[in-house]
Amino acid sequence: MKPSAFNYAKPSSVDEVLGLLSEYGDEATILAGGQSLMPTLNMRLSAPALVIDINGLSDLSGISVDGENLRVDGENLRIGALTRHTEIENSPGIAEHAPLISMAMPYIAHPAIRNRGTFGGSIAMADPAAELPACLCALDGEVEVTGKSGARKVAAKDFFKDLYETDMAEGEILTAVEIPKLGAGYRSAFDELARRHGDYAMAGVAAHAKVDGGKISDLRLVFFAVGSTPVTAKKAMNAMEGQSVDDASIAAAQNALEQDLSPFGDLHSSAALKMHYAKELTKRVLTTLSGG
Amino acid sequence: MTNQIEQIQVTTTVNGEKVTALVEPRTNLVDFLRNQMELTGTHVGCEHGVCGACTVRIDGEIVRGCLMLAIQADGLEVVTIEGSDDSGEIADLQKAFHERNALQCGFCTPGMLMAITEMLEKNPDPSRQEIREYLSGNYCRCTGYEAIVDAIETVANTRKGA
Repeated sequence: MKPSAFNYAKPSSVDEVLGLLSEYGDEATILAGGQSLMPTLNMRLSAPALVIDINGLSDLSGISVDGENLRVDGENLRIGALTRHTEIENSPGIAEHAPLISMAMPYIAHPAIRNRGTFGGSIAMADPAAELPACLCALDGEVEVTGKSGARKVAAKDFFKDLYETDMAEGEILTAVEIPKLGAGYRSAFDELARRHGDYAMAGVAAHAKVDGGKISDLRLVFFAVGSTPVTAKKAMNAMEGQSVDDASIAAAQNALEQDLSPFGDLHSSAALKMHYAKELTKRVLTTLSGG
Repeated sequence: MTNQIEQIQVTTTVNGEKVTALVEPRTNLVDFLRNQMELTGTHVGCEHGVCGACTVRIDGEIVRGCLMLAIQADGLEVVTIEGSDDSGEIADLQKAFHERNALQCGFCTPGMLMAITEMLEKNPDPSRQEIREYLSGNYCRCTGYEAIVDAIETVANTRKGA
């Protein structure tokens, strides 16, 4: 199908965007990378009166340092909302300071999609099967949201409210994401299961922990595609606190997972199968975290 | 809201030629290329970014022609399969596809060739697994992919030797 007719605006400042949003309300939609929006327009799942193309907002692409679209800002990495996946995938700065994000990148759709899709778009979309919201939760990242009254920061754990629902209010746009730089002794691991490389995950997990002498502490296990938002598996995390990764601790974490997750089945996998996937992924990421 | 929708002027470079045209905002890049530029080598498949048949290059990077508006190509450089073909840069790939039967109906082939061109620029010596992963976003319903991977491997090896 083809999109229904809409008007198009390409503002050059955040203020202009906010003005259009307040004028048009929910009749307007933001076009960033467009890799989720365009399919819904093409299939007429949405039919906005106005499409606001924010690709002209160079200040949303972060501050360029050493030719990179990111800024190492004290203890935080700042990634402009319009930074495209491919730039992040190829960024040595991200690989050094937020390796979890680098690990997740190749799993995000396909190269042609990553060339257009944006980091901020993925976070704002809050797709339950998306990789980056889970990574952001695992890393205790923050989302910068800008509205008429200025910018505010929301912790990732408070940002994802429900299926495609975030803490953003009408008239606000996502302008940046901040991620604490990798702490000493911390490691990350990432894995997901999909029917075909690049497809939406059937289940996936972002893991982050301090690893000292083979012992795991301050573990984060955040699952995606098993609920309506990223799911932090607190009981499984607690089960691993101070433990070495071995058959017994993995089994304990897997058992705890049954209290953390209540996956819903979908077209490709039943709830029971998703739980099975989550347990297998837990084993894999814990093994990765402990190894080498 | 029923506003009068105005056509917008877009100036872009298509296969090295500067083009100025009026487009409706809702026109997808691939429909603009096919219907207004009459470049029908780029195909329209799923129209939601899954099949890869509409793959073109924008400022050197492959994108989905169905997931970008034509007006977004304003000021950018578009290369379609016709441009890649004319330049001769993919002649060896085309020959290898032909010789190895890496196409049957040919619907996916232009998109495949665009994606492979970018892949080989980034990674001149890909493993079979890397080839499959890079092309995971391009559907072929005829070949079963084996022949496509074979053809790419042949070209990568030949280019390395050259």
